[in-house]
Amino acid sequence: MVEAATRLYPLTGREFAGNGVNMRPLDGEHERISLRADDVAVAGLGAAIGLELPTKPGGVALADGLSALWLGPDEWLIMAEKGAGIEDKLNSVTTGLYSVVSINHRNMAILVYGANAVNALNGGCPRDLSLEAFPAGTCSRTIIGKAEVVLWRTDTHSFHVECWRSFSDYVWKFLVEAARCA
Amino acid sequence: MTTPKTNTGANRVAGKGRLSPSRTVSFTFDGKRLNAIEGDTLASALLANGIHLAGRSFKYHRPRGILAAGAEEPNALIEISRDNARRQPNVRATVQEVFDGMIAKSQNRFPSLEFDVGAVNDGLGRFFPAGFYYKTFMWPQKAWDKLYEPVIRNAAGLGEAPTEADPDHYANRYEHCEVLVIGGGPAGLAAALTAAQSGKRVMLVDENAEFGGSLLADAESTIDNQPASQWADAAYRTLSSLENVTLLNRTTAFGYYSQNMVTLVQRVTEHMARPDPDLPRERLWQVRAQQVILATGSIERHLVFPDNDRPGIMMASAAQVYLNRYGVIPGSNVAVYTACDSAWQAAFDLKEAGVNIPVIIDLREGVDAALLERATKLGIKVKTGHAVTGTSGRLRVRSIKIEPVNGTGAHEIAVDCLLMSGGWTPSVHLFSQSRGRVAFDEKTGAFLPDIYMDECESIGACNGTFDLGELLVEAQAAAVNAVASCGVKLRKPKAPKVENAPSMSGFHIGAAKGAGPDDFTKAFIDFQNDVTAKDIRLAVREGFHSIEHVKRYTTTGMATDQGKMSNMHGLAIAADTLGKSIPEVGLTTFRAPFTPVTFGALIGHARGELFDVTRRTPMHGWAEENGAVFEDVGNWKRAWYYPQTGEDMAAAVARECKTTREIAGIFDASTLGKIEVVGPDAVKFMNMMYTNPWDKLAVGRCRYGIMCREDGFIYDDGVVARLAEDRFHVTTTTGGAPRVLNMMEDYLQTEFPDWKVWLTSTSEQWAVIAVNGPKAREIIEPLVEGIDLANEAKPHMSVSHGKICGVETRLMRISFTGETGFEINVPADYGRSVWEAIWERGSKLGMCAYGTETMHVLRAEKGYIIVGQDTDGTVSPKDAGVAWAVGKKKTDFVGIKGMQRPDLIGPNRRELVGLKTLDPKVVLEEGAQIVDNPNHPVPMPMIGHVTSSYWSENLGHSIALALVENGHGRTGEKIFIPMPDETIAAEICSPIFFDPEGGRING
Repeated sequence: MVEAATRLYPLTGREFAGNGVNMRPLDGEHERISLRADDVAVAGLGAAIGLELPTKPGGVALADGLSALWLGPDEWLIMAEKGAGIEDKLNSVTTGLYSVVSINHRNMAILVYGANAVNALNGGCPRDLSLEAFPAGTCSRTIIGKAEVVLWRTDTHSFHVECWRSFSDYVWKFLVEAARCA
Repeated sequence: MTTPKTNTGANRVAGKGRLSPSRTVSFTFDGKRLNAIEGDTLASALLANGIHLAGRSFKYHRPRGILAAGAEEPNALIEISRDNARRQPNVRATVQEVFDGMIAKSQNRFPSLEFDVGAVNDGLGRFFPAGFYYKTFMWPQKAWDKLYEPVIRNAAGLGEAPTEADPDHYANRYEHCEVLVIGGGPAGLAAALTAAQSGKRVMLVDENAEFGGSLLADAESTIDNQPASQWADAAYRTLSSLENVTLLNRTTAFGYYSQNMVTLVQRVTEHMARPDPDLPRERLWQVRAQQVILATGSIERHLVFPDNDRPGIMMASAAQVYLNRYGVIPGSNVAVYTACDSAWQAAFDLKEAGVNIPVIIDLREGVDAALLERATKLGIKVKTGHAVTGTSGRLRVRSIKIEPVNGTGAHEIAVDCLLMSGGWTPSVHLFSQSRGRVAFDEKTGAFLPDIYMDECESIGACNGTFDLGELLVEAQAAAVNAVASCGVKLRKPKAPKVENAPSMSGFHIGAAKGAGPDDFTKAFIDFQNDVTAKDIRLAVREGFHSIEHVKRYTTTGMATDQGKMSNMHGLAIAADTLGKSIPEVGLTTFRAPFTPVTFGALIGHARGELFDVTRRTPMHGWAEENGAVFEDVGNWKRAWYYPQTGEDMAAAVARECKTTREIAGIFDASTLGKIEVVGPDAVKFMNMMYTNPWDKLAVGRCRYGIMCREDGFIYDDGVVARLAEDRFHVTTTTGGAPRVLNMMEDYLQTEFPDWKVWLTSTSEQWAVIAVNGPKAREIIEPLVEGIDLANEAKPHMSVSHGKICGVETRLMRISFTGETGFEINVPADYGRSVWEAIWERGSKLGMCAYGTETMHVLRAEKGYIIVGQDTDGTVSPKDAGVAWAVGKKKTDFVGIKGMQRPDLIGPNRRELVGLKTLDPKVVLEEGAQIVDNPNHPVPMPMIGHVTSSYWSENLGHSIALALVENGHGRTGEKIFIPMPDETIAAEICSPIFFDPEGGRING
């Protein structure tokens, strides 16, 4: 019997707290799907996973342990806390045309929270992150320094920063530096 | 017991100024220890200690004093340091706050400030006319390298940059607001107060330590019955208590870019004695504002007269600032020379503080009666219609010469300080940067904002509104307008009641009496660049009629101060010489930055590790632990080779090459780009993007694909696996991954938006472990579940879905070595664990790990090209010998037309061939040029170049790939590679050096 492979996350063990900013990598058995779909398929795909896919820019829909982030007119990032077979559920839809691609390992997430979190993020993110322009429950594909990220404000002072695996070390170090002098 | 009072300078006036005399700090200036009061600028501290002499001028090394009290200072440029690495040249003494332990040093002098050998230039002034450099160092040409350039370089520039790395760090902040107010003087404060009532985000920035601007030095005016400076303090307190207002002091708005993007630099620790190391030295703010209110004020002009640059001669408003903000008087016997009412107020303030004012000289005949009356009341002698036509004193002004403007009869007056004012130049720098157009206003003698190009409004002095009462009302109105544009209606606020505001009228631009016509006098217009009135006249006479040319020829308005004080004078003198009006001559262009900005501030976080992204694969840690040497491929770190003890690179690569062909090798191919192409039109899309036909590629099979640009040249290549009818797993080169996806998206979105196909980058979803070699199958077989690896079930160029080490895999049988090869795709986070399991088994069977160098050698032995190495953007598939990958029956794909261009199908194309050196031990240099006849006189016709070249341990001789004219038809012919010390002969051969029948790949 072959020994099963172990999952090793890129930032395991890192932690930061200081200057009103806290950060930790979000390791875990998440599932992540890049979902692309035409208009006809949207309702059915949402129903298959038990939520309504957001259709407004920056919209986020939440259901039991599941989130759907609007990234473009035909593009969503679907994340599930625990496996939950999201890929199969989406692929079972028969109405409309769509593409389901697992990007579970392509992306990784860093949680950034604390009273000064916005200032740390604005050290490298050119978006207006005021609560008026970017309220809790909003997401956007944007940049931090030289790295592309998906930024999701989960709460007034909490952000979920989603980036590609090999960029995570840079994004982490950038945010630590930005937090220190925010 | 009383503590001894620290002496903070003999020129302090008790009870004057805004500083708390009990809080003292100490610093050194040219090694001399001096005391200052916290909040002092270096300039105010030096003046308090009776020091005017602050530096030597750039060209003539003339002694220079402190001229101004703000950012426009052209003279007092000082080197400031905390330690060796924290040493900043060219700091304006008027801006730098003194901190405890500060080390200040004068510049551009040797051996000392008081005695400087460079001052010989002053006596030789007649030999340094305008355009001196252009005229003098013309010939002989040879003298450039050895003589002129070193001498000029030594003489050029001010100050010395530290050689140590900068130990400080710098921050960046992106910010948004509805209203950005630039300038915290009376107009800016009033505008911010009004705008803040909207509840919208308001930012107010000012370059000084304190908000208040001119109000802080205004001892006369009252606003709403409060002294001006108290009104400013109250306004500041109100604004700081508001949550929607961001106040940034010590912050300069230095750049105004399109769509109201304004850049600010905040000096965070420059004034601190012992800053917290976590604090950034400076922070760059990149602010996007809906509305910008420019309240940037104005800058007082000096007067142009002979020897107007002696230490002790300074701006009238500066003296007022030093007195009323810092409690410092600039001298004890101070004359005033002016063409503007405001300087009279400076005289009155100083007189009331106990300074002797021997005379006020005004260029104008007629002066306001109230001023004359007050002067008389204070016992000050007045000379209207008079000019200062000369000064004396070596290191400090000792006397001035005055004479009537219209007439003769000079007489001398002893002074230890002369204040001057030629009126005020509105600061339209940022307005101009916003692409706004200025127009000349005859009444104020100033260029004022005229046509706006962005969402901004100018208020106060920078708009030509100098009257305090008027400008406050103008500020309120501008704020009401600005917030209205942001959707908030405010009622018009009550106009503040202003009393006793001093008059600012009267001005003089250009040369005053005594400054010409040309003789040997030096009447400076630009102190920083040592440009005199006669330099401008000379430039015009020599044919420089455009003000932009005059500027460059004479260097007026250049250097760190960018002519903040001198521009108008230069312009007026040029206009006068040309016989044109000022508006006809026009203004030079204002460009960012408003004041000098450190590179650190601009770079921000992007230094060291954060200079750029370093991408590492999931197996990077293993490679590191196993001694890999890495190479940079784009942003990636890739294992280059794995030297064992005692091995150099050549030995390691030779061993890796041999082991892989004889047993097996494991290679990290994770950096390959991967794109998942999904949708009913996926195959149609693939047919369009790649030269190959894809219709007949069965599910479960792979094919090598070539992508061209429209011009028919190779753009990228890679193996494509068909996972389902409507799903392809496309691989790209490591470096090509982003641009291939971009190009695909571009075509999809612009040319074929109706096609039902979606692209997702999966480059980082999959870690890719390549196992190659005769034992590859034996090594991985026990770890794999659900896939039959037997040759018949899993032939070369096939893909299967199954499991390895219990995790999902897309397992491809493909080879970039010519050996039996597998590329094992596993979800990235499992990459290292699966790699280790294969290593555990493989290493026992003799498998090695190999890096990119071995990968390159093994593929070259097989003649497999690397796009970007064997191709250079001018190589077609046919040239590269891969015409077989172009679908002959296809009617369309990107590049099909380009490939049919006459020069691509005509003769004399450079074609990819193999080269074998006649001496098998000689390894050619990549990039070396190839010729047919090495005896041909230089320049020899070149027929191609070497693209890849290696030592092949497996073959026992060197191998090379090359692009050679008509190479495909020249097999067996001899060509030559001339090198600096020898000419190497080689024979053209097939690019497939190893296993030409290709049997091993199917083993």
